[in-house]
Amino acid sequence: MTARQLRVAAVEPLTPLVTRFRFECPEGGSLPLFSGGAHVVVEMPDDGVLRRNAYSLISDPMDGSGYDIAVRREDAGRGGSRFMHTRVAVGDLLRIGAPVNLFALDLTARKHVLIAGGIGITPFVSQLKQLQRLQLPFELHYAARSRAEAAGLRLLPDLPQVHLHLSGEGKRIDPAVILQGQPLGTHVYTCGPQALIDRVAEVAAQKGWPRAALHAEAFLAPPTGAPFTVTLARSGLKIEVSPHQSLLEAIEAAGVDAPWLCRGGACGQCETEVIACHGRIDHHDHWLSDSDHAANTKIMPCVSRFQGAELILDR
Amino acid sequence: MPRTEFTPSITTRPVYPGLSPVPGAAALMLADASGAEALIELALQDAALIAAAHVIYIPEGAPFGAALAALHPKHYHEGPSFSAILPRFRKALLDAHMGTRLYLAGSETLIGLAMAEALAAGLPVDAIQSDHRGSIARRMQCVHCKGITEGVTTDPFTCSHCGLTLFVRDHYSRRLAAFQGVCVDAETPGIVPELQEIKP
Ligand code: FES
Repeated sequence: MTARQLRVAAVEPLTPLVTRFRFECPEGGSLPLFSGGAHVVVEMPDDGVLRRNAYSLISDPMDGSGYDIAVRREDAGRGGSRFMHTRVAVGDLLRIGAPVNLFALDLTARKHVLIAGGIGITPFVSQLKQLQRLQLPFELHYAARSRAEAAGLRLLPDLPQVHLHLSGEGKRIDPAVILQGQPLGTHVYTCGPQALIDRVAEVAAQKGWPRAALHAEAFLAPPTGAPFTVTLARSGLKIEVSPHQSLLEAIEAAGVDAPWLCRGGACGQCETEVIACHGRIDHHDHWLSDSDHAANTKIMPCVSRFQGAELILDR
Repeated sequence: MPRTEFTPSITTRPVYPGLSPVPGAAALMLADASGAEALIELALQDAALIAAAHVIYIPEGAPFGAALAALHPKHYHEGPSFSAILPRFRKALLDAHMGTRLYLAGSETLIGLAMAEALAAGLPVDAIQSDHRGSIARRMQCVHCKGITEGVTTDPFTCSHCGLTLFVRDHYSRRLAAFQGVCVDAETPGIVPELQEIKP
């Protein structure tokens, strides 16, 4: 991963739980441009543990003067967002990876319908800038609990195509209404809680939408869980994965080089062969097929965990 | 008329796996004489699908019109040729929304022309199903003069526009709904391979 040291140029609370961070080149100069929906991986040296979390870029894809991200504080998470909220200040240097896009717009679409739930608004902020620049037809539906919690309100343009669904004000988002009567060639993109993504997929299937017109990004942070032990056969190591560490982080902490890209169970890059599994793998990824999940012969260490007597990986 | 079984070819050569009912917002169906039975078979699998469908039929003298009308589609229309039904087909696509499924049955040329119209209207390719029945005559584009020769059944054939002798390729253009014909004797003028019937 090509990562470079960037300086924190701004820290701005958007809501009580969501904060915007801006990174710029310490020497001045321009950063690589990206496309709407791209993310970066932020490296966080947290008391001897190196965490790497992926965050969607919310700045203008065509503006290389800096990268903006919005981080929601998850106190029950593994600690990455807490680190960002409590330990990062303007002027700090952090290593940031080059932008990667696993949630790009399909530019063959005639119209783009974007559906966001909660902090899932973030990838759409840059997509919206791209859509406006290309003058493509779109509509955005943003579901949040309340105005006070809706960080996106500070990030979205004031346009008639932007629709707000606040459940606290009795306006619950209804994918069946959104998908109704969309013109031929419309693509729909969903980012947010899994339940919202599943609901959109279900409604779309009922209405006869082909799968290829649906895109989704679950903002999948590696789940926490009970500690477990893993044997890395090729490296000849037996390692412990702590409750607040992902398997991938534990592999890295042991000094073993392992491939990764999204760190969120979506890209397939970290796929690892399982040599022996006596117990149950808790698969959390969106990459492997259901039959792969059932067979327990492969694992995605960025998000998946294990319970049982023994797990041996080809790593 | 049974479904045509084609021999495996290059990936650009279209395949026609047949029709199976998909629940959806709306269904648009188009068949010619050789494809009518495919729609009747589809109705046997899912009567509700046909009942809600817009069916367009090009009889070409075949007797299936009464049987199709008897399935009681929501809209039923017959026309003598593809160009005759084209305004209605275009209007149906214009009025269609995401979730509409298109079912095509009959000759390769009908399927190809209808599919090109539908794709141009924005219908996703995954929303289109097709069942090839009947003639395997090809609609060929001469890659040299760009003229289209309809109903080609031999390889090589003579371009009806520029007169070159063309080799029949499996290379297909979805946009043009035509296979590509390439001059067969460019390097050895006049030396032309023996004429063969095109096979499926
Ligand atoms: S790093 Fe992308 S799936 Fe694990």
